Amino acid sequence: MADLVKFTIDGIELEAPAGTLVIEAAKKNGIEIPSFCYYEGYSLQAACRMCLVEVERMPKMQVACTLPVGPGMVVRTNTPQIQAARKGTLEFLLGNHPLDCPVCDKGGECELQDMVFRYGAGESRFTETKIHVDEQQWSPVVFYDAPRCILCFRCVRACDEGMGVGALGVINRGAVSLIAPNMQDHLNCDECGQCIDICPVGALTSGTYRYQTRPWEMEHVGTICTHCSDGCKTTLGVRHEQIMRGNNRDRSGINGEFLCVKGRYAFDFYDHAERLQTPMVRNVAGKLEPASWSKALEVVAKKFGEIKARGGRFGIVGSNHTTNEENFYLQKFARECLGTNNIDHRRTGDVTTLVDALSGTSGTLATTADLYEKKAFLIIGADLSIEHPFLAFQIRANYRHHQAHVYTVTADEVREEKTAVRAIRKPRFQEFDALPELRDALAAEPNLVILFGDSVKGEDVRKLVAFGESLGIPVSYCALVDYSNSRGAIDMGLTPELLPGYHASGTPGLNVGEMLAATDLDAFWVIGENPLENAKLSTKRPFVVVQDMFLTETAQKADVVLPSASAYEKNGTVTNGCGEVQKLKRAVSMLGTKPDLEIIGLIAKEMGFAPRMGPWLPDTVFNEIRKAVKGYDIPLPAITLGAQQTMPVNGRVGVQTNPDLVASAHENLFTSGTLGRYSKILNSVIEKRANQ
Amino acid sequence: MTFSPELEARFERFLAKYPADRKRSALIPMLIYGQDEVGSITDEFVEEIAKRVGVTPLEVREVSGFYSMLHHKPMGKYHVQVCTNISCLLTGGEELYERACHKLGLGHKQVSPDGRISLEEVECMGACSWAPAVQINYDFYHDVTPEQLDKLLDGLKAGKDPEQITEVPKVNC
Repeated sequence: MADLVKFTIDGIELEAPAGTLVIEAAKKNGIEIPSFCYYEGYSLQAACRMCLVEVERMPKMQVACTLPVGPGMVVRTNTPQIQAARKGTLEFLLGNHPLDCPVCDKGGECELQDMVFRYGAGESRFTETKIHVDEQQWSPVVFYDAPRCILCFRCVRACDEGMGVGALGVINRGAVSLIAPNMQDHLNCDECGQCIDICPVGALTSGTYRYQTRPWEMEHVGTICTHCSDGCKTTLGVRHEQIMRGNNRDRSGINGEFLCVKGRYAFDFYDHAERLQTPMVRNVAGKLEPASWSKALEVVAKKFGEIKARGGRFGIVGSNHTTNEENFYLQKFARECLGTNNIDHRRTGDVTTLVDALSGTSGTLATTADLYEKKAFLIIGADLSIEHPFLAFQIRANYRHHQAHVYTVTADEVREEKTAVRAIRKPRFQEFDALPELRDALAAEPNLVILFGDSVKGEDVRKLVAFGESLGIPVSYCALVDYSNSRGAIDMGLTPELLPGYHASGTPGLNVGEMLAATDLDAFWVIGENPLENAKLSTKRPFVVVQDMFLTETAQKADVVLPSASAYEKNGTVTNGCGEVQKLKRAVSMLGTKPDLEIIGLIAKEMGFAPRMGPWLPDTVFNEIRKAVKGYDIPLPAITLGAQQTMPVNGRVGVQTNPDLVASAHENLFTSGTLGRYSKILNSVIEKRANQ
Repeated sequence: MTFSPELEARFERFLAKYPADRKRSALIPMLIYGQDEVGSITDEFVEEIAKRVGVTPLEVREVSGFYSMLHHKPMGKYHVQVCTNISCLLTGGEELYERACHKLGLGHKQVSPDGRISLEEVECMGACSWAPAVQINYDFYHDVTPEQLDKLLDGLKAGKDPEQITEVPKVNC
C-alpha cells in the first residue's frame, strides 16, 4: 500500500494514500467538490473547471480532479472565491445551454440542474444569441442534441475506454465543439447506450425513452436482465405497468452501471403485439383456439393423468431463462409426480465437466468480481466483447486500472486482442494446441482466470483443468454459457442424467435430441424453449403442451399453449454464468399470463399432486433448493440486494455427461434467441446495420 | 487515393521520424502539407491519412476540426491571413482585417468567385514582435501598414503573384 499522506481539507485533518486525487479524498470524507467531467474509473479530463479549490501557497485556484494530495497540503473548498468561480463556470455552461428543462428527458435527474440549484447564480450576464444546432439521430437508440451538451467528454471516454469501441469523438473547438459519431452522421458501435446514461445533461438521449415520461413518475425496480448469462442487474423504470427504460445508475449489483444494448433496451419484447395473453387449446378441427385457464389446465391435467396411468412416455424440455425455482419445481414434478426422467434443456456450455474436473484440485470457479481483480486472463474460443459484453467490460477495466495480462486463443479477430499480451488464432476445437506455447508466460503470472466457450468440452475441459493445475499458480475458471439461467438449469437438474446438485439420477432418461428422435412419445411438454425451431418430432401426434410468451415454431405445434410470464413479470432467482445467484423482482404484470412456477403448480394441483409439490411460492421452493443443492444454502439477505456465488458440488459429479450435447448459439450483441426476435429495438438495430 | 511522388516522399519522411507504434505523431504535418496538394481536408483524404497513421477517421476529424489552418473546403490560390490577436490588435490588426474584408468583398474563410483569393482572420502566428502581421500562404509580411495592405490586395486582385508585388516585400524567415 502506498504511503499515507496527511493533509487538510476545509480544516479537517485527513489521510490518504499518496497519489489520491483531492476530489476523491474529499468525497471519501464526505466533502463534496462538484464536477462534471471527472468520472471515477475513466481518464482525467480537466475540462469543466467546476471542481476548483483553493490550496494554500498555490497562487491560483487548482482543479481538484487532477491534483494529487501532498503532505501538509491545506485545501479549502468553500471560500467566497470558490463560490464565485463555481457561479462563473455555471454561468458559462448555461451560456449556450437551452432552458428546455420542462421537456428534457434529464429534467429532474440532471446534474447541471442540481449544480445550478446548489452552486449557481440566479442571473446571467450573457445576452448573445445561443448557437443552435439541429438534433441528430445517430442510431435507433442514440440521439444527440448538441446545444444541451456541456462538453464534459464523459461519453467519449465511456465509449473509448469503457467499451473499447471509440465511436465518439470531439470535433471543432471552443464554443462550437461538438460530439461526433464515427461514421460522419451515424454510429457504428455496440449500441450499448452507456454514453446516454453517463451524460450529465440531456445531450445524448435514448431512442426508446426520449419524451416518454418524467423520471419522478416512474417506480424503479431492480431486477436481473433476462438475456445473456452475465447476469447484469438492470433497474427498470416502470410507469402504469409499462417498462419505460432500463439502466443501473445506482451502480448496484455485480455490474455497477454497465449494461449492454440488451439489458438497457431489449426488455421491450414483453409488450410485443404477438405476446400470448390467453391459453389456447387445439379444437376438433385441429385449430388452436382461445380457452380459459381452467379449461386449458384441465385438458393438460387430464391428458397427463391418462398417459401416466397407462405408463406412457413423457418428454419434457425446460428453459435457460426460467428461474431456479421453476426449474427445480419442474424437475421435481417430472420425476416425483409424472415418474419420468426424460427431462432436459438446451446445454450451451460444459459446466458439468468443469465442476467435476475441479473436484480435488486447487482450481475454483471465477466470480465476475475476479474478472476485475485477478492479474491474468486466458480467453479460449469466445468473442467475449460480443457474446459476453459485461465479462469483457470487467476485463477491459482491469486492464485499464491494473494492467491485467490478457491472453486470447480464438478462431477470429476479437476485441480483446487489442489489449492482449499474446493473441493466438486457432480454429475452433483446436484451441488446445496453443496452450503449450503459453505455458511459460502463464506460469509466471501471479494468478489466472480461464474463460472458455463451447469448443472446449468433455475431455478437453479435464485437460484444461489439468493444464491449469500444472501451472503452479491459483487458477479459476468460467465455462461460458448462453442465457440468463443456463447455469441454473444445470444446477437444478434439468438433465436426464443429473438431479439437482449434480447427483446422478441413476435412471435412464431421454435428452432433447433423443426426445425428438423417439417415435413413441406420448406427451411432449416444453417450457420456455423452442426445440422445434429447426427440428421435427419423430413421434406422430404426441400430446404437446407449450408454455411460452410467444407462438413459437414449437408452440404452433402444440395441443395446449399456456401463456407464461416473462422474467420481468415474476419473482425468483437466477444463476449467472459465473455461478452467482441473484434475485428477480417483478416489475410489471401482463394480463392473462402466469409465471411458469404457478402454471406447473396448477397442473400439479389439477392432477392431485399439490400436497407432494408444496406451494408454488418462489421463497418456499428456494428453501427446498437450499436443502437439495449444495452451495445454494445461502442467506436470503445476501441475494436480496446482491449476488452470491455458489459452488454446486463438493466432490465428483456422479455421472459422465455427453459433451456432444453442448452447443452454444453464439448469440451476438444484437441477438438473443427467441426473445431477440420479439424485441423491436434489437430488430431495428440489426436492420439499421444491414442497411449500411 | 494517390498523391504526387514529392508528397509521398514527404509523407515517408514524416512517418520515419517517429517509432512504428507512434505513427500518429505524423498526423498534423501530413494533414497540413497534404491539404496544399489536395486542396482541402476531404473525406477521402481523411480516410487515407487515418489508414496511414493507424487511427480511426473520427480521430483524424477530431484533429482537423480543431486546427483552424486545416480547411474543410478549398481556400483561394492566395490565402490572405490577418492576425487580430492581442499584439496585432493593439497595433491595428483589426483595422487591417476590416480593410481587407471591404477591399476583397470577402468575410472570414470566404473565397473570391474566381478562386484566386481567400481571406481568414487568424489567431496568433508568432510574429508579435513585428505586429501587425499578415500571412499569404506561407509568406509573412511584418509591420504592415494600411497602405501596404492595399498594395498587396490590389496587386493580387490585378492578377499579380505576391512575388511580383515588389513594393511590399515578404519577409525571409
